[in-house]
Amino acid sequence: MAIIRDGMQPFDLYQPTSVEDALTLADRLGADAWMLAGGLDSLERFKDRLKRPKAVIDLGRVEELRGVRREGEDLVIGSMTTLTEVNRDPEIRARFGLLAEAAGEVASPQIRNQGTLGGNISQDTRCWYYRGGWQCYRAGGGTCYAGESTQGQNREHALFGVEGCAAVSPSDTAPALIALEARLVIKSAKGAREVAVEDYFVGPDTDITRMNVLGTGEVLTEIRLPATWAGVTFYFEKVRDRPVWDFPLVNIAAAMQLSGDRIDRARFVLGAVAARPWRLPQVEAAVAGRARNAAVDAAARLAADGAVPLPQNGYKVALVRNLVKRAILGKTTS
Amino acid sequence: MPENDPLFTPKLTGRDYTTPDLRAKLTGTARFADDFRAEGMLVCKLLTSPLPHARVTRLDTGAALAMPGVRAILTADELPPPADSVSDSGAVIKASPWAERALTMEPHYQGEPVLAVAATDEAAAAAAIEAIDIAFEALPFVIAPLDSLRPDGANARIDGNVWLPPEKPGEQPRVGKLKWTAADFETAGPNRLPLGKAAAEWSYGDVTAALSEAALVLDETFVTPNVSHQTLETRSALAWWENGKLHIAVGTQSTIQTVPAIAKWLNMNADDIVLVSEYTGGGFGGKITASVPVIIPALLAKKAHAPVMLRVSREDEQGIGRARPSLIGRMQAGFSREGRLLGLDLSVVMDNGPYEQQLDAAISGRMGSLLYQPLAMRWRGTAVLTNTPTRGAQTAPGGLQVSALIGPLLAKAARRLNLDPLAVCRINAPEGRAPVGPPKADGTLNAATSAFLKQALDRGAEAFGWQARRARPALTEGPVRRGIGVATGCFVAGTTGFDGLFVITPEGRVRIHSGIGNLGTESFSDVQRVVADAMDLPWKNCEIVWGNTAKHLAWSCVSGGSQTIHAMSRAALAASLDARAKLREIAARTLGGKPEEYTVGGQRIFRSDAGQVGMSFAEAARRAIELGGVYDGHECPADVNKMTKTSVAALAGQGLLAVARDTFPHDGQTYSYVATFAEVEVDIETGMYRIVALHAEADAGTVVHPRAFAGQLGGRSMLGIGHASRQKWFYDHEHGTPVSRRFYQTRPTTVLCLPERFTWGSVGIPDPQTPIGARGIGEPPTGAACAAVLCALSDALGDDKFLRAPVMADAILAAVEPETWRPAATLSANV
Repeated sequence: MAIIRDGMQPFDLYQPTSVEDALTLADRLGADAWMLAGGLDSLERFKDRLKRPKAVIDLGRVEELRGVRREGEDLVIGSMTTLTEVNRDPEIRARFGLLAEAAGEVASPQIRNQGTLGGNISQDTRCWYYRGGWQCYRAGGGTCYAGESTQGQNREHALFGVEGCAAVSPSDTAPALIALEARLVIKSAKGAREVAVEDYFVGPDTDITRMNVLGTGEVLTEIRLPATWAGVTFYFEKVRDRPVWDFPLVNIAAAMQLSGDRIDRARFVLGAVAARPWRLPQVEAAVAGRARNAAVDAAARLAADGAVPLPQNGYKVALVRNLVKRAILGKTTS
Repeated sequence: MPENDPLFTPKLTGRDYTTPDLRAKLTGTARFADDFRAEGMLVCKLLTSPLPHARVTRLDTGAALAMPGVRAILTADELPPPADSVSDSGAVIKASPWAERALTMEPHYQGEPVLAVAATDEAAAAAAIEAIDIAFEALPFVIAPLDSLRPDGANARIDGNVWLPPEKPGEQPRVGKLKWTAADFETAGPNRLPLGKAAAEWSYGDVTAALSEAALVLDETFVTPNVSHQTLETRSALAWWENGKLHIAVGTQSTIQTVPAIAKWLNMNADDIVLVSEYTGGGFGGKITASVPVIIPALLAKKAHAPVMLRVSREDEQGIGRARPSLIGRMQAGFSREGRLLGLDLSVVMDNGPYEQQLDAAISGRMGSLLYQPLAMRWRGTAVLTNTPTRGAQTAPGGLQVSALIGPLLAKAARRLNLDPLAVCRINAPEGRAPVGPPKADGTLNAATSAFLKQALDRGAEAFGWQARRARPALTEGPVRRGIGVATGCFVAGTTGFDGLFVITPEGRVRIHSGIGNLGTESFSDVQRVVADAMDLPWKNCEIVWGNTAKHLAWSCVSGGSQTIHAMSRAALAASLDARAKLREIAARTLGGKPEEYTVGGQRIFRSDAGQVGMSFAEAARRAIELGGVYDGHECPADVNKMTKTSVAALAGQGLLAVARDTFPHDGQTYSYVATFAEVEVDIETGMYRIVALHAEADAGTVVHPRAFAGQLGGRSMLGIGHASRQKWFYDHEHGTPVSRRFYQTRPTTVLCLPERFTWGSVGIPDPQTPIGARGIGEPPTGAACAAVLCALSDALGDDKFLRAPVMADAILAAVEPETWRPAATLSANV
């Protein structure tokens, strides 16, 4: 059979206007259905013919999945809230500026107008072999072309947790949400469940064929931000080849509770260094209770502990160390 | 013509105006090829090769043809055989056996079209392709040119791995085999281009002596990138047949010249082709006469008896959309204590792709000799075939590369000699009728028509504040390092000998029939401002007819190599002078007296000594129809192109017909130049850098349309910045396939990446060898900007940090922390 990676396969399009209808459809259609958020990741894969759903449930008309509201101390963000809206929302900016900044660094203005927060954290990896239709482990095949092939191209691949797959999580907002200890509400026809955002992501050691726990018939409906880290000192930085419309080579999201110059507690999360956002608990432990200047060297050293660079991504080790240092001290100017 | 009658008085030329295509573009009513529809239209999809080099060993389309909606399948054996062509001078150019064809049973790169399916919709066509039973036999392939030159290296084609010069004078270049010795590679080491036997070379002066006498000798190797063109509009095409004529809507860089190209590819009569191309979304050189895949819908339309649209997707475009070839260059350069380039020994290996010989390697030598004026020079070049996508000339082909190769070398020489890099640029800049290599048969060099690059450097330095920026202390604390760079670029900027054609209608209006392609530069319209000025007409009285050969267009240059402003402003003036002469003759024959006693002005022709005696353009046009013959186009000048003659015959009798070939004197080769200044701020902790300021100062003669001129300077500078810093081209060498195939990876830089401060200027000195004084500006900003950014990066981080472009974050970090340097593929054209 000849291969063509160009041209979307026809599918039945459903455009429900309520979560209830969406869940009913999802339940009825089962594994044949694909949940569509902003469509930026999904449509590309449809067009590549790597995903061929028989039915697509477009969540774009479900108003209750949009917007930002307060519930007690929690801030609740609908999963279909666009990245532009997240970036501009006054309350997010005031209390959780880390997320606003991360959302504002995604791709380009046009993409942020269409892309959603739920979609951004649920997108698939950008590994160029996997996206190119190569039959790697993640695609159900028998090798990792980036990590195991002697001439594999892996400058943009993983440093950590390479368990048969060197692909990385490309999301900018996911590290921020983990740093903020967000919780995600996932609904299906059978009910609702809430998971810590950190547990939403799946590494290759758990399941090499998926990036998150979202199952058939399930819809990510809400992102809940607790007050735990509201208003603390934040740091987000994204390193990429192009200043706009590019995925991260590495990004970092950090939240630090400070007393003067002392770090009471902190969370550091890296993106694009592993198949899931990569939290740095050793660094967090090392800096807790210490002055920033006193903590920074040990933190930078520990940040890359366990990194196993591939032949072409050794530069990411330096990046990880530098970004952790900057997250602690802030970006200095010359 | 009366002696006191000026050729041309610029009133509109040199001013901004509203171009005739602007409203349609802004309102979305402009129709590009993909926007056309025809009743009963089918769409076609391509089956492309999954392998870098293969032979089809089994092909069964039966199941696909039986699927619902599938109407026809086109395979390579149904293509017309390659046809010979005939040049304007009548010389027969034999069809090349190595030329790219629209479809092939022996694909030479991953993504090359093998067959095409026409169906009622895209889904049916795609499904049909998946139903085709096809098998490939994998053949040897090579991705990196230097790998192919190794003693045991694979050849990209069965019959060879390089382009070789003709065996005999008058013959064409040929594909053959060339291997370098193991000793060649061993002598060079890992980071220097080996100096094995080159396929071609030339020299002038005594390079060896120049190097031995130099105060400073540098020996540098650098790799310029392969870059996908990725024009905004992909190369879609809609074709249909009516009464034996092919109608085809395509994007092209020349409406009129695409007709004979398609005629050649289809082996048919050019008179039987109607080409529609009002709007083209960028060309960059890859659509100079469209490209050969456009014949696929034409042949399918004939086979299926229905219009066929080939809608080229970004996926297709990554394969068939053309790419600039990488040059691996080694420069041995000797400088005097003052920074003068005494001798240059330039060797280049080019990643040619699998098909027609690209000229970038050869042009790099020519442009190097002009731009840096070495007193002695040798150029050696080898075009190596690889199993990577078809290359095509892209903005300043060879010119960009040589700026990227040598611009940073001059800056390094300046640092070594403790000189201002600006001074080194200036002392080596061409001036006046500067000599240009390669040498002619008699050993002498050609000459440029003019060069005012030193003035551009002076003006640009002032506008940029070069000395003030240079005087600042270096940033040594913190994560930011600052660097400034200056570099120059040049390229061909004009040709001659094309036709102008317009009609003065009985209503007194001027209708200009232009064969120029409209690819966004506005030159199709800008050059016609000359007609208005030469005829002393308000612009509103001029109408431009373009973009459809059924509307009887003039033979025009292709809008590539930035020829148009120069070539077609001359042609416009030639037609205008023809019109003025005919108006005088008509007035004399009608009102008495001699033609030279009449003057053209104010939309009238009148006696110079008695202004009330005269006639309007409208009256003259009606009189031209009465007189017939040359006046209304029933007779046509013998020296215009045959396609112009066809158009004149069709327009005959519609008014006063002005038609002429540009025969204005022209001594020398026409080039334009740009001096670009850049400042970067490099974050050494992240590898990211910002271009905080960039100034481009042009020497391109008279500026015809300032806004378009600025657009060209800005846009082409951005293209150069993309080459220096952003556009990715990564290959899996084991499997021979590209991995960075997404538009976000390969696209040119966009407006969202503009330097934080971008300014421009123009010396504006008219070129003395063309009556309008204008030269093209599209090409040279690209190389100048690319090199200026590379120079600024080296200024920020030090010499010898970068071996290749684009310089991305990993390369910056590797420069700062060399232990992270990636050892593999250092001199490979394809990373």
